[in-house]
Amino acid sequence: MVKYSERGDHIESTEPVTVSRYRGITRINHWVTAASLIVLALSGLAFFTPALYFLTALFGGGQVTRWLHPIVGVILFFSFLLLFLQMWRLNLPRPEDKTWVANIGELIKDNEEKLPELGKYNAGQKFVFWAMTVLILVLIVSGIMIWEQFFPDLVTIPTRRVAMLVHSLAAVGIILVFIVHVFAAFWTRGTIRAMTRGSVTGGWAWKHHRKWLREVAGRRTQGPAE
Amino acid sequence: MTTAPQPTTAVSNPPVQPMDLNLLPSDVIRASATYDLPEPSRQLEKVAKLIDISKCIGCKACQSACVEWNDTHPEVGENVGSYENPHDLTAEMFTLMRFEEWVNPDTSDLEWLIRKDGCMHCEDPGCLKACPAPGAIVQYSNGIVDFVHENCIGCGYCVTGCPFDIPRISKVDHKSYKCTLCSDRVAVGQGPACAKACPTQAIVFGTKADMIEHAHTRIEDLNARGYDNAGIYDPAGVGGTHVIYVLPHAEKPSIYSGLPDDPRISPLVEGWKGVTKTAGMAVMGIAAAGALLAGFFTRGSRVDDHDEQEAERLVEDDLGGPDKGTGAG
Repeated sequence: MVKYSERGDHIESTEPVTVSRYRGITRINHWVTAASLIVLALSGLAFFTPALYFLTALFGGGQVTRWLHPIVGVILFFSFLLLFLQMWRLNLPRPEDKTWVANIGELIKDNEEKLPELGKYNAGQKFVFWAMTVLILVLIVSGIMIWEQFFPDLVTIPTRRVAMLVHSLAAVGIILVFIVHVFAAFWTRGTIRAMTRGSVTGGWAWKHHRKWLREVAGRRTQGPAE
Repeated sequence: MTTAPQPTTAVSNPPVQPMDLNLLPSDVIRASATYDLPEPSRQLEKVAKLIDISKCIGCKACQSACVEWNDTHPEVGENVGSYENPHDLTAEMFTLMRFEEWVNPDTSDLEWLIRKDGCMHCEDPGCLKACPAPGAIVQYSNGIVDFVHENCIGCGYCVTGCPFDIPRISKVDHKSYKCTLCSDRVAVGQGPACAKACPTQAIVFGTKADMIEHAHTRIEDLNARGYDNAGIYDPAGVGGTHVIYVLPHAEKPSIYSGLPDDPRISPLVEGWKGVTKTAGMAVMGIAAAGALLAGFFTRGSRVDDHDEQEAERLVEDDLGGPDKGTGAG
Protein backbone atom coordinates (compact mmCIF):
# COMPACT_ATOMS: atom_id res chain seq x y z
CA MET A 1 0.00 0.00 0.00
CA VAL A 2 1.41 3.37 -1.00
CA LYS A 3 -0.91 6.07 0.20
CA TYR A 4 1.12 8.53 2.19
CA SER A 5 4.63 8.05 0.81
CA GLU A 6 6.55 7.63 -2.41
CA ARG A 7 7.76 4.13 -3.22
CA GLY A 8 11.40 5.16 -2.85
CA ASP A 9 10.99 6.62 0.66
CA HIS A 10 12.67 4.28 3.12
CA ILE A 11 14.24 3.97 6.54
CA GLU A 12 17.93 4.70 6.05
CA SER A 13 19.13 3.76 9.52
CA THR A 14 17.51 2.82 12.78
CA GLU A 15 19.81 3.98 15.61
CA PRO A 16 19.15 6.84 15.34
CA VAL A 17 16.30 6.62 12.89
CA THR A 18 16.77 8.53 9.63
CA VAL A 19 14.29 8.41 6.79
CA SER A 20 15.08 8.97 3.14
CA ARG A 21 12.67 11.63 1.82
CA TYR A 22 14.03 12.74 -1.57
CA ARG A 23 16.31 10.81 -3.90
CA GLY A 24 19.25 12.56 -5.57
CA ILE A 25 17.55 13.22 -8.87
CA THR A 26 14.62 14.94 -7.12
CA ARG A 27 16.99 17.08 -5.12
CA ILE A 28 18.90 18.17 -8.22
CA ASN A 29 15.58 18.87 -9.89
CA HIS A 30 14.51 20.97 -6.90
CA TRP A 31 17.68 23.03 -6.82
CA VAL A 32 17.64 23.70 -10.56
CA THR A 33 14.09 24.97 -10.10
CA ALA A 34 15.10 27.02 -7.06
CA ALA A 35 18.10 28.58 -8.80
CA SER A 36 15.95 29.42 -11.83
CA LEU A 37 13.32 31.02 -9.65
CA ILE A 38 15.92 33.15 -7.86
CA VAL A 39 17.46 34.31 -11.16
CA LEU A 40 13.97 35.05 -12.49
CA ALA A 41 12.97 36.97 -9.38
CA LEU A 42 16.13 39.09 -9.40
CA SER A 43 16.03 39.82 -13.13
CA GLY A 44 12.27 40.33 -13.15
CA LEU A 45 12.35 42.71 -10.19
CA ALA A 46 14.90 44.79 -12.09
CA PHE A 47 12.22 45.44 -14.71
CA PHE A 48 9.46 45.73 -12.14
CA THR A 49 10.70 48.92 -10.53
CA PRO A 50 13.43 51.45 -11.36
CA ALA A 51 14.56 51.22 -7.73
CA LEU A 52 15.81 47.69 -8.45
CA TYR A 53 17.06 48.23 -12.00
CA PHE A 54 20.61 48.03 -10.63
CA LEU A 55 20.07 44.27 -10.31
CA THR A 56 20.62 44.03 -14.09
CA ALA A 57 24.32 44.51 -13.30
CA LEU A 58 24.31 40.99 -11.79
CA PHE A 59 23.64 39.56 -15.23
CA GLY A 60 25.78 41.87 -17.35
CA GLY A 61 23.46 44.80 -18.06
CA GLY A 62 19.93 45.51 -19.23
CA GLN A 63 20.16 43.92 -22.67
CA VAL A 64 21.54 40.64 -21.30
CA THR A 65 18.98 40.58 -18.50
CA ARG A 66 16.17 41.14 -21.02
CA TRP A 67 17.51 38.22 -23.08
CA LEU A 68 18.16 35.92 -20.11
CA HIS A 69 14.95 36.29 -18.11
CA PRO A 70 12.55 34.50 -20.49
CA ILE A 71 15.07 31.75 -21.29
CA VAL A 72 15.46 30.95 -17.60
CA GLY A 73 11.67 31.06 -17.46
CA VAL A 74 11.48 28.22 -19.93
CA ILE A 75 14.11 26.27 -17.93
CA LEU A 76 12.07 26.79 -14.78
CA PHE A 77 8.90 25.64 -16.50
CA PHE A 78 10.34 22.32 -17.60
CA SER A 79 12.27 21.81 -14.38
CA PHE A 80 9.12 22.39 -12.34
CA LEU A 81 7.15 20.14 -14.66
CA LEU A 82 9.46 17.25 -13.71
CA LEU A 83 9.02 18.07 -10.01
CA PHE A 84 5.29 18.25 -10.52
CA LEU A 85 5.16 14.80 -12.08
CA GLN A 86 7.01 13.38 -9.09
CA MET A 87 5.02 15.13 -6.40
CA TRP A 88 1.47 15.85 -7.51
CA ARG A 89 -0.09 12.63 -6.22
CA LEU A 90 0.84 13.09 -2.56
CA ASN A 91 -0.14 16.76 -2.78
CA LEU A 92 -3.78 15.99 -3.50
CA PRO A 93 -5.98 17.25 -0.65
CA ARG A 94 -7.01 14.78 2.04
CA PRO A 95 -9.68 15.03 4.78
CA GLU A 96 -7.12 15.59 7.55
CA ASP A 97 -5.88 18.75 5.79
CA LYS A 98 -9.09 20.52 6.72
CA THR A 99 -8.71 19.76 10.42
CA TRP A 100 -5.05 20.72 10.21
CA VAL A 101 -5.82 24.12 8.69
CA ALA A 102 -8.66 24.76 11.15
CA ASN A 103 -6.21 24.24 14.02
CA ILE A 104 -3.24 26.01 12.48
CA GLY A 105 -2.81 28.00 15.72
CA GLU A 106 -1.62 24.83 17.47
CA LEU A 107 1.19 24.55 14.93
CA ILE A 108 2.38 28.06 15.69
CA LYS A 109 2.25 27.31 19.42
CA ASP A 110 4.31 24.17 18.72
CA ASN A 111 1.48 21.88 19.93
CA GLU A 112 1.63 19.65 16.91
CA GLU A 113 0.37 16.76 19.06
CA LYS A 114 -3.08 18.31 18.84
CA LEU A 115 -3.08 18.21 15.04
CA PRO A 116 -4.03 15.19 12.95
CA GLU A 117 -1.32 12.81 11.80
CA LEU A 118 -0.18 13.63 8.27
CA GLY A 119 1.23 11.93 5.23
CA LYS A 120 4.27 13.20 3.36
CA TYR A 121 2.91 16.75 3.01
CA ASN A 122 0.87 19.03 5.24
CA ALA A 123 -1.72 21.47 3.93
CA GLY A 124 0.78 24.33 3.95
CA GLN A 125 3.21 22.38 1.79
CA LYS A 126 0.34 21.42 -0.50
CA PHE A 127 -0.66 25.08 -0.77
CA VAL A 128 2.89 26.01 -1.79
CA PHE A 129 2.93 23.19 -4.33
CA TRP A 130 -0.36 24.11 -6.00
CA ALA A 131 0.25 27.86 -5.80
CA MET A 132 3.60 27.34 -7.53
CA THR A 133 1.93 25.13 -10.14
CA VAL A 134 -0.80 27.64 -10.99
CA LEU A 135 1.48 30.68 -10.88
CA ILE A 136 4.17 29.06 -13.04
CA LEU A 137 1.51 28.19 -15.63
CA VAL A 138 0.19 31.76 -15.60
CA LEU A 139 3.72 33.16 -15.79
CA ILE A 140 4.87 30.99 -18.68
CA VAL A 141 1.73 31.69 -20.73
CA SER A 142 1.67 35.45 -20.09
CA GLY A 143 5.45 35.56 -20.39
CA ILE A 144 5.46 34.09 -23.87
CA MET A 145 2.83 36.65 -24.89
CA ILE A 146 5.20 39.48 -23.94
CA TRP A 147 8.41 37.81 -25.17
CA GLU A 148 9.41 40.53 -27.61
CA GLN A 149 12.47 38.81 -29.03
CA PHE A 150 10.79 35.64 -30.30
CA PHE A 151 7.05 36.30 -30.18
CA PRO A 152 6.59 39.99 -31.05
CA ASP A 153 3.37 39.42 -33.00
CA LEU A 154 1.90 36.45 -31.12
CA VAL A 155 -0.87 38.53 -29.56
CA THR A 156 -2.35 41.95 -30.24
CA ILE A 157 -1.15 44.95 -28.28
CA PRO A 158 -4.35 45.17 -26.16
CA THR A 159 -3.88 41.49 -25.21
CA ARG A 160 -0.24 42.15 -24.50
CA ARG A 161 -1.27 44.84 -21.99
CA VAL A 162 -3.42 42.29 -20.14
CA ALA A 163 -0.57 39.76 -20.23
CA MET A 164 1.85 42.38 -18.88
CA LEU A 165 -0.39 43.16 -15.92
CA VAL A 166 -1.14 39.49 -15.23
CA HIS A 167 2.57 38.61 -15.47
CA SER A 168 3.58 41.26 -12.94
CA LEU A 169 0.76 40.33 -10.51
CA ALA A 170 1.63 36.63 -10.78
CA ALA A 171 5.29 37.50 -10.24
CA VAL A 172 4.46 39.29 -7.00
CA GLY A 173 2.39 36.25 -6.04
CA ILE A 174 5.13 33.73 -6.70
CA ILE A 175 7.69 35.78 -4.79
CA LEU A 176 5.32 35.76 -1.80
CA VAL A 177 4.89 31.98 -2.11
CA PHE A 178 8.67 31.64 -2.37
CA ILE A 179 9.09 33.62 0.85
CA VAL A 180 6.53 31.39 2.60
CA HIS A 181 8.30 28.26 1.31
CA VAL A 182 11.77 29.32 2.42
CA PHE A 183 10.53 30.60 5.76
CA ALA A 184 8.59 27.42 6.53
CA ALA A 185 11.56 25.24 5.60
CA PHE A 186 13.75 27.23 7.94
CA TRP A 187 11.24 27.67 10.78
CA THR A 188 10.51 23.95 10.88
CA ARG A 189 13.99 22.93 12.03
CA GLY A 190 15.40 19.81 10.45
CA THR A 191 13.55 20.29 7.17
CA ILE A 192 16.27 21.67 4.93
CA ARG A 193 18.40 18.51 5.16
CA ALA A 194 15.61 16.73 3.28
CA MET A 195 16.61 18.71 0.20
CA THR A 196 20.37 18.71 0.87
CA ARG A 197 21.23 15.27 2.26
CA GLY A 198 17.90 13.78 1.17
CA SER A 199 16.94 12.41 4.57
CA VAL A 200 15.25 13.58 7.77
CA THR A 201 15.56 12.35 11.33
CA GLY A 202 13.02 9.92 12.66
CA GLY A 203 11.95 12.48 15.24
CA TRP A 204 11.20 15.01 12.51
CA ALA A 205 9.14 12.48 10.61
CA TRP A 206 7.34 11.38 13.76
CA LYS A 207 6.53 14.92 14.77
CA HIS A 208 5.45 16.35 11.42
CA HIS A 209 4.51 13.50 9.10
CA ARG A 210 3.64 10.51 11.25
CA LYS A 211 1.41 8.74 8.74
CA TRP A 212 4.23 8.98 6.26
CA LEU A 213 6.68 7.54 8.80
CA ARG A 214 4.28 4.74 9.75
CA GLU A 215 3.84 3.74 6.13
CA VAL A 216 7.55 3.89 5.34
CA ALA A 217 8.44 1.93 8.50
CA GLY A 218 5.68 -0.57 7.86
CA ARG A 219 7.06 -1.28 4.44
CA ARG A 220 10.27 -2.52 6.08
CA THR A 221 8.50 -5.54 7.52
CA GLN A 222 8.48 -7.02 4.05
CA GLY A 223 12.25 -6.95 4.13
CA PRO A 224 15.01 -4.39 3.99
CA ALA A 225 14.16 -1.56 1.64
CA GLU A 226 17.45 -1.68 -0.12
CA MET B 1 30.41 79.69 -31.46
CA THR B 2 26.88 80.94 -31.29
CA THR B 3 24.07 78.79 -29.97
CA ALA B 4 21.59 77.56 -32.55
CA PRO B 5 18.20 79.31 -32.47
CA GLN B 6 15.00 77.49 -31.56
CA PRO B 7 13.54 76.51 -34.93
CA THR B 8 10.15 78.02 -35.75
CA THR B 9 9.86 76.66 -39.29
CA ALA B 10 11.17 73.86 -41.45
CA VAL B 11 11.15 75.96 -44.57
CA SER B 12 14.15 78.23 -44.13
CA ASN B 13 17.53 77.10 -45.32
CA PRO B 14 20.05 76.28 -42.62
CA PRO B 15 22.73 78.69 -41.53
CA VAL B 16 26.13 77.57 -42.78
CA GLN B 17 28.32 78.49 -39.81
CA PRO B 18 28.81 75.85 -37.08
CA MET B 19 26.64 76.37 -34.02
CA ASP B 20 26.32 74.98 -30.53
CA LEU B 21 23.48 72.54 -29.85
CA ASN B 22 20.37 74.03 -28.38
CA LEU B 23 18.57 70.87 -27.21
CA LEU B 24 20.52 69.67 -24.22
CA PRO B 25 20.34 66.91 -21.63
CA SER B 26 19.38 69.69 -19.19
CA ASP B 27 16.24 70.33 -21.26
CA VAL B 28 14.89 66.87 -20.42
CA ILE B 29 11.74 67.22 -18.31
CA ARG B 30 10.89 63.53 -18.05
CA ALA B 31 13.00 60.39 -18.34
CA SER B 32 11.85 56.79 -18.14
CA ALA B 33 12.42 54.92 -14.87
CA THR B 34 14.15 57.92 -13.32
CA TYR B 35 13.18 59.43 -9.97
CA ASP B 36 15.77 62.14 -9.44
CA LEU B 37 15.71 64.18 -12.62
CA PRO B 38 17.21 67.64 -12.04
CA GLU B 39 14.83 70.56 -12.49
CA PRO B 40 15.43 72.05 -15.96
CA SER B 41 16.81 75.57 -15.87
CA ARG B 42 14.74 76.82 -18.77
CA GLN B 43 11.50 76.09 -20.58
CA LEU B 44 11.81 75.74 -24.35
CA GLU B 45 9.04 76.93 -26.60
CA LYS B 46 6.68 74.01 -27.30
CA VAL B 47 7.03 72.81 -30.88
CA ALA B 48 4.72 70.81 -33.11
CA LYS B 49 4.56 69.25 -36.52
CA LEU B 50 1.28 69.86 -38.31
CA ILE B 51 0.14 67.33 -40.91
CA ASP B 52 -2.65 68.69 -43.08
CA ILE B 53 -4.26 65.63 -44.61
CA SER B 54 -6.25 67.73 -47.08
CA LYS B 55 -3.04 68.95 -48.72
CA CYS B 56 -1.20 65.62 -48.82
CA ILE B 57 -0.72 64.15 -52.29
CA GLY B 58 0.81 60.88 -51.09
CA CYS B 59 4.15 61.41 -52.84
CA LYS B 60 6.19 59.91 -49.97
CA ALA B 61 8.84 62.62 -50.16
CA CYS B 62 8.55 62.68 -46.35
CA GLN B 63 9.35 58.96 -46.16
CA SER B 64 12.33 59.39 -48.43
CA ALA B 65 13.59 62.40 -46.49
CA CYS B 66 13.17 60.46 -43.24
CA VAL B 67 15.14 57.49 -44.56
CA GLU B 68 17.84 59.76 -45.89
CA TRP B 69 18.24 61.96 -42.83
CA ASN B 70 18.12 59.09 -40.34
CA ASP B 71 20.27 56.88 -42.56
CA THR B 72 17.94 53.91 -42.23
CA HIS B 73 17.80 51.09 -44.75
CA PRO B 74 14.29 49.68 -45.11
CA GLU B 75 14.07 46.39 -46.96
CA VAL B 76 12.92 46.51 -50.54
CA GLY B 77 9.28 45.46 -50.29
CA GLU B 78 6.76 44.00 -52.66
CA ASN B 79 3.53 45.35 -54.06
CA VAL B 80 0.43 43.83 -52.52
CA GLY B 81 -2.04 46.06 -54.30
CA SER B 82 -1.64 49.19 -52.22
CA TYR B 83 0.55 52.24 -52.49
CA GLU B 84 1.52 51.61 -48.87
CA ASN B 85 5.17 50.72 -48.83
CA PRO B 86 6.57 49.26 -46.64
CA HIS B 87 3.41 47.66 -45.28
CA ASP B 88 3.99 48.81 -41.75
CA LEU B 89 6.28 50.97 -39.69
CA THR B 90 9.56 49.17 -39.02
CA ALA B 91 12.70 49.77 -37.03
CA GLU B 92 14.10 51.18 -40.31
CA MET B 93 11.00 53.20 -41.33
CA PHE B 94 9.93 55.82 -38.80
CA THR B 95 7.13 57.32 -40.88
CA LEU B 96 4.70 55.76 -43.33
CA MET B 97 2.06 57.06 -45.72
CA ARG B 98 -1.06 55.02 -45.01
CA PHE B 99 -3.54 54.86 -47.88
CA GLU B 100 -7.25 54.26 -47.32
CA GLU B 101 -9.97 54.16 -49.94
CA TRP B 102 -13.07 55.36 -48.15
CA VAL B 103 -16.59 55.81 -49.49
CA ASN B 104 -18.22 58.81 -47.89
CA PRO B 105 -21.68 57.55 -46.84
CA ASP B 106 -23.19 61.04 -47.22
CA THR B 107 -22.04 61.74 -50.77
CA SER B 108 -21.18 58.23 -52.02
CA ASP B 109 -17.91 59.76 -53.20
CA LEU B 110 -14.73 57.75 -53.03
CA GLU B 111 -12.23 59.65 -50.93
CA TRP B 112 -8.59 58.68 -50.95
CA LEU B 113 -7.45 59.24 -47.40
CA ILE B 114 -3.71 59.44 -47.03
CA ARG B 115 -2.27 59.81 -43.55
CA LYS B 116 1.35 60.13 -42.63
CA ASP B 117 1.73 57.76 -39.67
CA GLY B 118 4.47 58.02 -37.07
CA CYS B 119 5.17 59.00 -33.49
CA MET B 120 2.71 61.61 -32.19
CA HIS B 121 5.07 62.92 -29.47
CA CYS B 122 2.44 62.75 -26.73
CA GLU B 123 2.52 65.28 -23.92
CA ASP B 124 1.80 62.24 -21.68
CA PRO B 125 3.84 59.50 -23.41
CA GLY B 126 2.70 55.93 -22.75
CA CYS B 127 6.04 54.56 -23.98
CA LEU B 128 7.94 56.59 -21.41
CA LYS B 129 5.59 55.53 -18.63
CA ALA B 130 5.97 51.84 -19.52
CA CYS B 131 9.75 51.83 -20.06
CA PRO B 132 11.76 50.05 -17.32
CA ALA B 133 15.21 51.22 -18.44
CA PRO B 134 16.42 54.43 -16.80
CA GLY B 135 16.82 57.21 -19.33
CA ALA B 136 15.97 55.12 -22.40
CA ILE B 137 13.02 57.39 -23.22
CA VAL B 138 13.17 61.13 -22.56
CA GLN B 139 10.88 64.08 -23.09
CA TYR B 140 12.33 67.52 -23.71
CA SER B 141 10.66 70.70 -22.54
CA ASN B 142 9.80 71.55 -26.16
CA GLY B 143 7.62 68.42 -26.25
CA ILE B 144 9.83 66.07 -28.25
CA VAL B 145 9.82 62.46 -27.02
CA ASP B 146 13.06 60.73 -27.92
CA PHE B 147 14.55 57.26 -27.49
CA VAL B 148 18.09 57.15 -26.12
CA HIS B 149 19.37 53.99 -27.70
CA GLU B 150 22.38 53.31 -25.51
CA ASN B 151 19.97 52.89 -22.59
CA CYS B 152 17.39 50.82 -24.47
CA ILE B 153 17.24 47.11 -23.54
CA GLY B 154 14.78 45.97 -26.21
CA CYS B 155 12.10 44.64 -23.87
CA GLY B 156 9.20 46.01 -25.92
CA TYR B 157 7.40 47.62 -22.96
CA CYS B 158 7.15 50.84 -25.02
CA VAL B 159 5.12 48.88 -27.59
CA THR B 160 2.77 47.88 -24.79
CA GLY B 161 2.54 51.44 -23.49
CA CYS B 162 2.05 53.34 -26.76
CA PRO B 163 -1.60 54.16 -27.60
CA PHE B 164 -0.71 54.61 -31.28
CA ASP B 165 1.23 51.38 -32.03
CA ILE B 166 4.38 53.22 -33.07
CA PRO B 167 7.64 51.82 -31.58
CA ARG B 168 9.33 48.96 -33.42
CA ILE B 169 12.09 46.78 -31.95
CA SER B 170 15.02 46.14 -34.26
CA LYS B 171 15.83 42.49 -34.94
CA VAL B 172 19.41 43.58 -35.53
CA ASP B 173 20.40 45.45 -32.39
CA HIS B 174 17.32 44.76 -30.21
CA LYS B 175 16.62 48.43 -29.59
CA SER B 176 13.41 50.35 -30.09
CA TYR B 177 13.03 52.88 -32.90
CA LYS B 178 10.55 55.57 -33.87
CA CYS B 179 10.34 59.13 -35.21
CA THR B 180 12.59 61.50 -33.25
CA LEU B 181 10.84 64.61 -34.58
CA CYS B 182 14.36 65.13 -35.93
CA SER B 183 15.56 66.13 -32.47
CA ASP B 184 19.07 66.25 -33.89
CA ARG B 185 17.96 68.81 -36.51
CA VAL B 186 15.86 70.78 -34.03
CA ALA B 187 18.94 70.99 -31.80
CA VAL B 188 20.71 73.01 -34.49
CA GLY B 189 17.77 75.22 -35.42
CA GLN B 190 16.33 73.07 -38.21
CA GLY B 191 12.83 71.71 -38.70
CA PRO B 192 12.20 67.99 -39.30
CA ALA B 193 13.39 66.45 -42.57
CA CYS B 194 9.88 65.34 -43.60
CA ALA B 195 8.48 68.86 -43.24
CA LYS B 196 11.45 70.26 -45.11
CA ALA B 197 10.87 67.85 -48.00
CA CYS B 198 7.09 68.12 -48.30
CA PRO B 199 6.33 69.69 -51.71
CA THR B 200 2.81 70.88 -50.83
CA GLN B 201 3.59 71.96 -47.29
CA ALA B 202 1.05 69.49 -46.02
CA ILE B 203 3.67 68.99 -43.30
CA VAL B 204 4.67 72.17 -41.53
CA PHE B 205 6.68 72.68 -38.37
CA GLY B 206 6.93 75.43 -35.80
CA THR B 207 5.88 76.42 -32.32
CA LYS B 208 2.77 74.59 -31.20
CA ALA B 209 0.91 77.89 -30.85
CA ASP B 210 1.75 78.84 -34.43
CA MET B 211 0.73 75.42 -35.69
CA ILE B 212 -2.66 75.59 -33.93
CA GLU B 213 -3.20 79.03 -35.42
CA HIS B 214 -2.23 77.79 -38.87
CA ALA B 215 -4.53 74.78 -38.45
CA HIS B 216 -7.44 77.09 -37.76
CA THR B 217 -6.90 78.95 -41.05
CA ARG B 218 -6.83 75.58 -42.79
CA ILE B 219 -10.05 74.51 -41.08
CA GLU B 220 -11.75 77.75 -42.16
CA ASP B 221 -10.70 77.01 -45.72
CA LEU B 222 -11.97 73.40 -45.48
CA ASN B 223 -15.26 74.55 -43.95
CA ALA B 224 -15.69 76.93 -46.90
CA ARG B 225 -15.21 73.96 -49.23
CA GLY B 226 -17.98 71.97 -47.60
CA TYR B 227 -15.96 69.98 -45.04
CA ASP B 228 -18.16 71.00 -42.14
CA ASN B 229 -16.50 68.61 -39.71
CA ALA B 230 -12.92 69.57 -40.50
CA GLY B 231 -10.90 69.91 -37.33
CA ILE B 232 -7.65 69.54 -35.44
CA TYR B 233 -6.48 66.18 -34.07
CA ASP B 234 -4.61 67.04 -30.89
CA PRO B 235 -6.05 64.37 -28.58
CA ALA B 236 -6.60 65.50 -25.00
CA GLY B 237 -6.52 61.91 -23.69
CA VAL B 238 -2.72 61.91 -23.96
CA GLY B 239 -2.42 65.56 -22.89
CA GLY B 240 -2.25 66.77 -26.47
CA THR B 241 0.42 65.78 -28.95
CA HIS B 242 3.34 67.46 -30.67
CA VAL B 243 2.41 65.99 -34.00
CA ILE B 244 -1.06 67.23 -34.88
CA TYR B 245 -3.31 66.61 -37.84
CA VAL B 246 -5.82 68.68 -39.75
CA LEU B 247 -8.52 66.13 -40.59
CA PRO B 248 -11.25 66.92 -43.14
CA HIS B 249 -13.48 64.49 -41.21
CA ALA B 250 -12.34 65.18 -37.67
CA GLU B 251 -15.45 63.66 -36.11
CA LYS B 252 -14.26 60.15 -37.06
CA PRO B 253 -10.45 59.93 -36.90
CA SER B 254 -10.53 56.15 -37.22
CA ILE B 255 -11.41 56.31 -40.94
CA TYR B 256 -7.85 57.52 -41.46
CA SER B 257 -6.25 54.07 -41.36
CA GLY B 258 -7.25 53.47 -37.75
CA LEU B 259 -6.17 56.72 -36.13
CA PRO B 260 -7.52 56.23 -32.56
CA ASP B 261 -10.71 58.17 -31.90
CA ASP B 262 -9.89 58.83 -28.26
CA PRO B 263 -6.33 57.71 -27.51
CA ARG B 264 -5.14 57.48 -23.93
CA ILE B 265 -2.69 55.38 -22.00
CA SER B 266 -4.49 52.10 -21.34
CA PRO B 267 -5.79 51.72 -17.76
CA LEU B 268 -4.05 48.31 -17.81
CA VAL B 269 -0.71 50.04 -18.36
CA GLU B 270 -1.52 52.62 -15.68
CA GLY B 271 -2.47 49.80 -13.30
CA TRP B 272 0.65 47.82 -14.08
CA LYS B 273 2.98 50.80 -13.64
CA GLY B 274 0.96 52.34 -10.80
CA VAL B 275 -0.77 50.39 -8.07
CA THR B 276 0.71 47.00 -9.00
CA LYS B 277 4.23 48.34 -8.67
CA THR B 278 3.64 50.30 -5.47
CA ALA B 279 1.46 47.75 -3.69
CA GLY B 280 3.55 44.84 -5.01
CA MET B 281 6.78 46.32 -3.68
CA ALA B 282 5.13 47.05 -0.31
CA VAL B 283 3.68 43.54 0.06
CA MET B 284 6.90 41.80 -1.01
CA GLY B 285 8.98 44.06 1.24
CA ILE B 286 6.77 43.48 4.28
CA ALA B 287 6.67 39.73 3.65
CA ALA B 288 10.44 39.49 3.28
CA ALA B 289 11.11 41.64 6.35
CA GLY B 290 8.49 39.78 8.38
CA ALA B 291 9.95 36.41 7.42
CA LEU B 292 13.46 37.56 8.35
CA LEU B 293 12.37 38.95 11.72
CA ALA B 294 10.25 35.89 12.54
CA GLY B 295 13.11 33.67 11.41
CA PHE B 296 15.56 35.36 13.77
CA PHE B 297 13.36 36.07 16.75
CA THR B 298 11.06 33.09 17.06
CA ARG B 299 12.17 29.72 18.28
CA GLY B 300 10.85 27.76 15.39
CA SER B 301 9.49 24.26 15.53
CA ARG B 302 12.13 21.92 16.93
CA VAL B 303 12.29 18.18 17.19
CA ASP B 304 13.24 16.94 20.69
CA ASP B 305 14.66 13.69 22.07
CA HIS B 306 11.19 12.46 22.92
CA ASP B 307 10.24 12.66 19.22
CA GLU B 308 13.35 10.73 18.26
CA GLN B 309 12.63 8.01 20.85
CA GLU B 310 9.06 7.72 19.65
CA ALA B 311 10.31 7.32 16.11
CA GLU B 312 12.73 4.60 17.17
CA ARG B 313 9.98 2.79 19.03
CA LEU B 314 7.69 3.03 16.02
CA VAL B 315 10.29 1.70 13.64
CA GLU B 316 11.26 -1.13 16.00
CA ASP B 317 7.63 -2.15 16.54
CA ASP B 318 7.17 -2.42 12.84
CA LEU B 319 10.17 -4.63 12.62
CA GLY B 320 8.70 -6.85 15.31
CA GLY B 321 11.71 -6.47 17.54
CA PRO B 322 14.95 -4.56 17.97
CA ASP B 323 16.75 -3.78 14.79
CA LYS B 324 19.71 -5.99 14.05
CA GLY B 325 21.69 -2.94 13.12
CA THR B 326 21.89 -3.14 9.38
CA GLY B 327 22.61 0.59 9.32
CA ALA B 328 22.22 2.85 6.41
CA GLY B 329 20.21 1.85 3.38
